[in-house]
Amino acid sequence: MTLPSVLGPPARLLRRRIGTARRDTAFLAAGVLPHLAAVPAWLWLGAKPVVRSVHLPWGVLPGLFAVLLLLPLVALPLTAVQRWRYAELLAVDIPRSLPAEGPRLRRALRLLVSAETWRRTAYHTLLGPFLAVAEVLVLAVWGTGVACATIYGWMWAMPAHTDAADVYAVQAAYVTAIGLLLLAAAPWFAGTVTRAESRAARALLGPSRAQRLERRVTDLSVSRADLADAADAERRRIERDLHDGTQQRLVSLAVTLGLARATLKDLPEEARRIIDEAHREAKEAISELNDLVRGLHPAVLDDRGLDAALSGLAARVPLPVRLHVDLDGRPAPAVESVAYFVVSEALANVTKHARAGRVEVTVRRTGRVVRVEVTDDGVGGADAAAGTGLTGLAGRVRAVDGTFRIDSPVGGPTTLVAELPCGR
Amino acid sequence: MRAVIAEDSVLLRVGLVRVLQTAGFEVGAEVGDAEALLAAVEEQRPDLALIDVRMPPGFSDEGVRAALSIRRRWPGTAVVLLSQYVEERYAADLLTADTSGVGYLLKQRVADVEEFAATVRRVAAGGTALDPQVVAQLLLRRDSDPLERLTPREREVLALMAEGRSNAAIAEDLVVTDSAVAKHINNIFAKLDLPPADGHHRRVLAVLRFLGTTRA
Repeated sequence: MTLPSVLGPPARLLRRRIGTARRDTAFLAAGVLPHLAAVPAWLWLGAKPVVRSVHLPWGVLPGLFAVLLLLPLVALPLTAVQRWRYAELLAVDIPRSLPAEGPRLRRALRLLVSAETWRRTAYHTLLGPFLAVAEVLVLAVWGTGVACATIYGWMWAMPAHTDAADVYAVQAAYVTAIGLLLLAAAPWFAGTVTRAESRAARALLGPSRAQRLERRVTDLSVSRADLADAADAERRRIERDLHDGTQQRLVSLAVTLGLARATLKDLPEEARRIIDEAHREAKEAISELNDLVRGLHPAVLDDRGLDAALSGLAARVPLPVRLHVDLDGRPAPAVESVAYFVVSEALANVTKHARAGRVEVTVRRTGRVVRVEVTDDGVGGADAAAGTGLTGLAGRVRAVDGTFRIDSPVGGPTTLVAELPCGR
Repeated sequence: MRAVIAEDSVLLRVGLVRVLQTAGFEVGAEVGDAEALLAAVEEQRPDLALIDVRMPPGFSDEGVRAALSIRRRWPGTAVVLLSQYVEERYAADLLTADTSGVGYLLKQRVADVEEFAATVRRVAAGGTALDPQVVAQLLLRRDSDPLERLTPREREVLALMAEGRSNAAIAEDLVVTDSAVAKHINNIFAKLDLPPADGHHRRVLAVLRFLGTTRA
């Protein structure tokens, strides 16, 4: 038992101790019967056939076989009882195992041979009786403690049988002291047994570490895919909003200013200059907004797929681009989106840093992988760790379980490859 | 000359009406979807239809399909498509049947009112107009094709041809002489294996070859 680092008001501390002790004791008391329950089952199911079969030609084997088959069946309801006991009385959750898949018979067979089933069986049939003994001991310490500590009460209540009251009175003082000691030790004892039981139950009744990790990996991949999808949907929504609202409005503003410029010929020079400027600004805003939308998630990608979207992208690069898109049907939207983003970032990088003469973009599906490759004949030396663009790229590729690598020796050429799994 | 306009954004529609009026058109009808457009063309028999690609109900390529059906049913009606982004296949679809009286431009070009008005007039008079973006996109195709054999200057000239410019306009644009442009064009014809038959026809074929490199 550890000393609390900060001693609260003694009364509250005491109350908390009593509460914990009561909870532990109730928990342990409720465990005695379920922990003993496996013993008669064990005896009835196992021992009888084993004893009976000893004289048979095959020896004890059939009996042992019966035990092996039937004990896991006993473990099932007992595990449910234990799970209830831990949840209700101790607020400890023993996680269930992952639901098995497949037809019923195979599921049952798999359950029978699983390590998990045998860990549970071991808990109930081997460890259970010992735990029951420990639980009974805790209860005995409480009972003895109470009985001893209140010995004066008993003596007072039943005085008739004592003829040497003085002698007993002295001995009774020892008994009282022992009783108080036992009462003081009982919460510690109950707590220790409770903790040991919890550890054993988590290790033997709950899913194994491998299973827990498996479940965690499944959960994480699902939630990561959800996140990627949500981000994608959000980008699409923003694109739509910008396209249907702001872009239309800006174009119409630019048209109005253009009309003013074209029709109001007799304005003073100053006014014409201002209109000219506003017109130019509006047009620049349109192309900036177009660039922004293109970087987010261009409408053409949804409407016409990767090939069309990448053509639009490549046409904007101020150097010769050769584009090969060889896809059999359209990959999942998330994959299209990432592939588009990879090419977009790669081309932006080439334009900015590579001083390249030409770029080659290849998007090809091989089996279940879409492979995106961007090669340029520039100066090389691109570092995935240095530029935020490339780092963000790697992150987005990994979010769909893809791989990303860049090969860029100083002096070039640079090759960037992203491989995106696409399910089908 | 009479025009009809199909554009679902009311704001932009008002602007388009005024731009076309500036260009000397009488706007017979302004509608918001493809079905109303076909009805208006049937009733008005305009010289020009100015059509947004994305329109209700599907907001995908309703405008292109309406344009194709107008070209089929009323071949005399010139068609100019406006699009938010370049989709070369739309251009190819439009130009495969007949390249005269066809235009495909990005929406934002409308803002340059005078240039846009000139383009629309040219298309209404039987010309062709492709957005420089479309042309740029068509030029980056693809594996081995005869266009690869063109020099950058010849590509530039071909791109301007695809936009429907005359030799004189191309010469002015590139700041070269008319005879230099004619020489480039002859080189283009030679490299694209277009025999010297009908000069105007070869011009259209060159532009089509240019578009043919896209996958239909």
